[in-house]
Amino acid sequence: MLLKTINTIALPTLLFGVLIAVWSTVAIKIPGFPTPIETWNELLIVLSDPMYDNGAGDQGIALQLFSSLKRVFGGFALAIAVGIPVGLLIGMSKIAQTAFNPYIQILKPVSPLAWLPLALFVFKDVDMTAIFVIFITSIWPIIINTALGVRSVSDDFINVARVLQLTAFERVFQIILPVAVPFIFTGMRLSLGIAWLVIVAAEMLTGGLGIGFWIWDEYNNLNYSHIIIGIILIGVVGYILDTIMGFIADHFDYRKRGRV
Amino acid sequence: MSAKPFLNIDHVDKIFPLGKGKEYVALRDVKLEIRENEIVSIIGHSGCGKSTILNLIAGLDTITKGVILLEDREINAPGPERAVVFQNHSLLPWLTVYQNIEMAVKKVRDDLHPKEVRDHVMRYIDLVNLDHAKDKYPAEISGGMKQRVGIARALSIEPKVLLMDEPFGALDSLTRANLQDHLMRIQMQTGNTVIIITHDVDEAVLLSDRVIMMTNGPEATIGEILEVNLPRPRERLALQHNEEYLRCRGAIVEFLYSKFAKHDD
Ligand SMILES: Nc1ncnc2c1ncn2[C@@H]1O[C@H](COP(=O)(O)OP(=O)(O)OP(=O)(O)O)[C@@H](O)[C@H]1O
Ligand SMILES: [Mg+2]
Repeated sequence: MLLKTINTIALPTLLFGVLIAVWSTVAIKIPGFPTPIETWNELLIVLSDPMYDNGAGDQGIALQLFSSLKRVFGGFALAIAVGIPVGLLIGMSKIAQTAFNPYIQILKPVSPLAWLPLALFVFKDVDMTAIFVIFITSIWPIIINTALGVRSVSDDFINVARVLQLTAFERVFQIILPVAVPFIFTGMRLSLGIAWLVIVAAEMLTGGLGIGFWIWDEYNNLNYSHIIIGIILIGVVGYILDTIMGFIADHFDYRKRGRV
Repeated sequence: MSAKPFLNIDHVDKIFPLGKGKEYVALRDVKLEIRENEIVSIIGHSGCGKSTILNLIAGLDTITKGVILLEDREINAPGPERAVVFQNHSLLPWLTVYQNIEMAVKKVRDDLHPKEVRDHVMRYIDLVNLDHAKDKYPAEISGGMKQRVGIARALSIEPKVLLMDEPFGALDSLTRANLQDHLMRIQMQTGNTVIIITHDVDEAVLLSDRVIMMTNGPEATIGEILEVNLPRPRERLALQHNEEYLRCRGAIVEFLYSKFAKHDD
């Protein structure tokens, strides 16, 4: 009982205290670095009117986050739409795997920022560029995990399908997808995490609107407490996205529907 | 035996390529004729090729030489007229007991109306006495129950031949005895032709009309065939001291542990 209280309340409180202490020390050492109190007061101001809209470049924090989320989901949806079929194909066909694998291995480690100039040149549009960069960097975990899920279908299930003479279509929907769906969701969860990382960097470079742009803009305004607020909000939103994906993933995982 | 056998395994070889030009001759010149409604068990030491024969009959693996005919039609692919009960039940874990059977019935009996499907599925769940568990998932029922569902699923598609690869191998001896009784009762009702692979001498004698004894691999083949002349229904207790039962048992033990004893592994 006592131990539990220490674990759930005392320890996090202690850590919070240490964090604030370190932060305060840094704020004292570096002139102009916002203190925790200043940041807290600024946060209240920022959150008090999150929806204001004074035209391009000057909008409330909720609108900035919302426009970032819109781009993230655009690229993410595209990555799902392309990644799952490609992953299924690679998982089911040795030939497809051999054909795709070198490109996946080479393109996967490319930084999103390397794609950005090319995308800007091609699309000449900030939204399209952001969506494309998110698509091209977040599609890999979806492809790889989907293929992994397909390959994890046991031979016994495939034999059941063969004895029943299931068509290729029936095999995919009745045998392969139920096994692969938890893997696909793991891929989607990783992918969404990447997308949220990428959007901030992309918006800093493209400008216009979005949480990444906002942080960079506040840097140029010498408004450093807003940078810290931006970091905290990005973290919180990322955490919420991950939790939601986790919930959805568990819902589609037959192993977690109240049984082992 | 009628002029034309129901299932005819005709001079079958099975050779597994091992790569680098090497190969493993698992089966050599296997010939066996099986009558309709017969229960045949195949017994032999581990690795002799029992599963290999069963997979060839199921069409899950390809024959290297020779031919297998079911009612004079050559077997070259899997099909629902040769249902398989797998050793590890192979139930789909995301479907309930009912849905596992329903899925097979819907696919194979596409002539049935939805209402008839339900009756059909329930008839086979009933046959293995699992009405109370029909809405449970495989993870929620015991190993013996899972194996019964596997049997019900195989029977529900009304196969000509029921192929069972050590169906009770993973079960404790009490559950095993219970399932053997289930199987004999069901076969009396349905009149299925059953081929069952086993390691267990008593199981072979109790269940079978004939016991096929295999020699050891490589180049394994059928060593002896034993007729079990015991009337049905058979009762395990009454058989304990039955002369014919003991004779059959003795013959199999003699074959496995004297004539074709396995000293390695
Ligand atoms: N795909 C394969 N490639 C190469 N060799 C194989 C293959 N499948 C089986 N074999 C070999 O064929 C022989 C027969 O195997 P099989 O699985 O039929 O034995 P079994 O009698 O069923 O044994 P057990 O009682 O242990 O199940 C074994 O020596 C095995 O190593
Ligand atoms: Mg075997």
